[in-house]
Amino acid sequence: MLPIDISILLGKAGGYLVFFLIGTGFGVSLELAGFGDSRRLAAQFYLKDMTVLKTMFTGIIVACLLIFLASGIGWLDFSQLAVNQTFLWPGIVGGLIMGVGFIVGGYCPGTSIVATASFKIDGLFFLVGTVLGAGLFGETLPSFENFWNSSFTERYLVSDWLGWSIGATVFAVILMALFMFYGAEKVEEFFRNKGTGKAFSWKITRRSYIYGAATLVSVAALIWIIGQPDPIRKWKIFESQYASQLTSKAVFIHPLEYVKSNNESSIKLVTLDLRQPKDFDAFHLSGSENVTIDNLLDAKVVARFTQLPPQGVVVLIAENDSVSIKAWQYLKVQGVVNLYILENGLHNWNSLFADKTVEGKPINLASPQAGVLKLFPQNAYIPKIKIGTKKHAGGLCG
Amino acid sequence: MKKTPNPVKNPYFAGVILGIVLFAAYALTHSGLGASGAIGRIQVSITKLFWSSHVDKVGTFAALGAGDRNALDHPSLFLLLGTFAGGMISAGLNGRLKVEIFKGSKITKIQRLFFALLGGLIMGYGARLARGCTSGQALSGGAVLSLGSWAFMFSVFIGGYAIAYFVRRLWAD
Repeated sequence: MLPIDISILLGKAGGYLVFFLIGTGFGVSLELAGFGDSRRLAAQFYLKDMTVLKTMFTGIIVACLLIFLASGIGWLDFSQLAVNQTFLWPGIVGGLIMGVGFIVGGYCPGTSIVATASFKIDGLFFLVGTVLGAGLFGETLPSFENFWNSSFTERYLVSDWLGWSIGATVFAVILMALFMFYGAEKVEEFFRNKGTGKAFSWKITRRSYIYGAATLVSVAALIWIIGQPDPIRKWKIFESQYASQLTSKAVFIHPLEYVKSNNESSIKLVTLDLRQPKDFDAFHLSGSENVTIDNLLDAKVVARFTQLPPQGVVVLIAENDSVSIKAWQYLKVQGVVNLYILENGLHNWNSLFADKTVEGKPINLASPQAGVLKLFPQNAYIPKIKIGTKKHAGGLCG
Repeated sequence: MKKTPNPVKNPYFAGVILGIVLFAAYALTHSGLGASGAIGRIQVSITKLFWSSHVDKVGTFAALGAGDRNALDHPSLFLLLGTFAGGMISAGLNGRLKVEIFKGSKITKIQRLFFALLGGLIMGYGARLARGCTSGQALSGGAVLSLGSWAFMFSVFIGGYAIAYFVRRLWAD
């Protein structure tokens, strides 16, 4: 099941080798497109050679179709991919600045690496410039750090913004790309110059372009039709991957561990109470939220729990552990990283804490203080909570 | 090595290869492609060679290479080395491995190198501000439909087209 955790499979060195090989493929594809030549890249901005647009968008839509097709079929868990975080305004301003750098310098960081590798001196100078620019950024950042961290959303997809399904969005993106390709061809016919961008190594007939476009549209339509798996179907697909955490009880925590974590500043607990509202109203833990199992099938509700800060831990409480297990399954396949079940819900809670006192005072049952832990032996429970993070190799470019 | 370079591949063909590589990156490593992250790491480790106390002081540098932390011990570096190797292999096989300076006809070589350095500086600055370059943000984020990446991508094109007219002398035929 994809994505594979390659560094676990092959170790650190093996993982680095895979990164190297992927990089090699990346370098080859950029070089094949002719991106080692600044004149070709700059020509994009004079409408003489639209290779940048064509190659880049072809790359995007091919990868996009493969990802969402694999996800739709159930071969790939999209929630496990590192989607670039959205910092909308810093991204837009940085993009505008980069556009200027692109046309002044003739490369972008990736293509300047390829140019340098093929001994282009201007590529090397550009690459040295990017290193200096990165340094200059670090030096000047303190004066606008608030802006740099503004307009942030952890995982905000075009489909969320449009309010469309992923399938519909992918279909629209493909149509837009094809429309842009058609426009690019027409524009090029008009402005093309002799220097770059005329002959390719092989000519493709008009008919094969049409077949190519038809294939893209058909795959996009297929993705739209099969749709992305909902949490229930997704659990069936990925059960083998996660089920052992339930059967081994590795995600069931003891009330004392809950109390301990709740009093630790390095952990931020988010407690979801799945009991009936009347039971919730009668008694609940401070800070817990009453939710229904159906809420947890709603991507908008769940987005809050997949986008917690790294120290965030979600704990589920229910009348019956079978309900918490179901909730755990739904949340797990939607990408909630640190997810635990309070074993046996609140059934043991009262008997554990009811008659206890700390420094002569009865304890607050809804939020027992850390002092309570001293009343129990050290080995009263086995600690289970381990803070994991989804950011595997994230920040490759950040 | 061949005297005349091979013509470049059809841009759509190169794009399909690029897309497959990008998919492989996501499937095997959970994340997409990138270049500027590694460039930031190289910058920090160079700074550290000469002025290591300064690295500990500047927030973004410290995050990558404070104290004993080796800024270069990161997957992105190997991705960059691979990109370099791939570029060299492909250029070699296609007869494009040649020392040269690409420039417009109306400027001197020195001028071109100056503007390449300046453009790189602007680009490097912008890439850190936008948290990614054309490959890391636009390409990788675009494929997984990240809204920020799409906004970023259009900004790059807008920025380039807005300035292109004023620097046309740099790229004259």
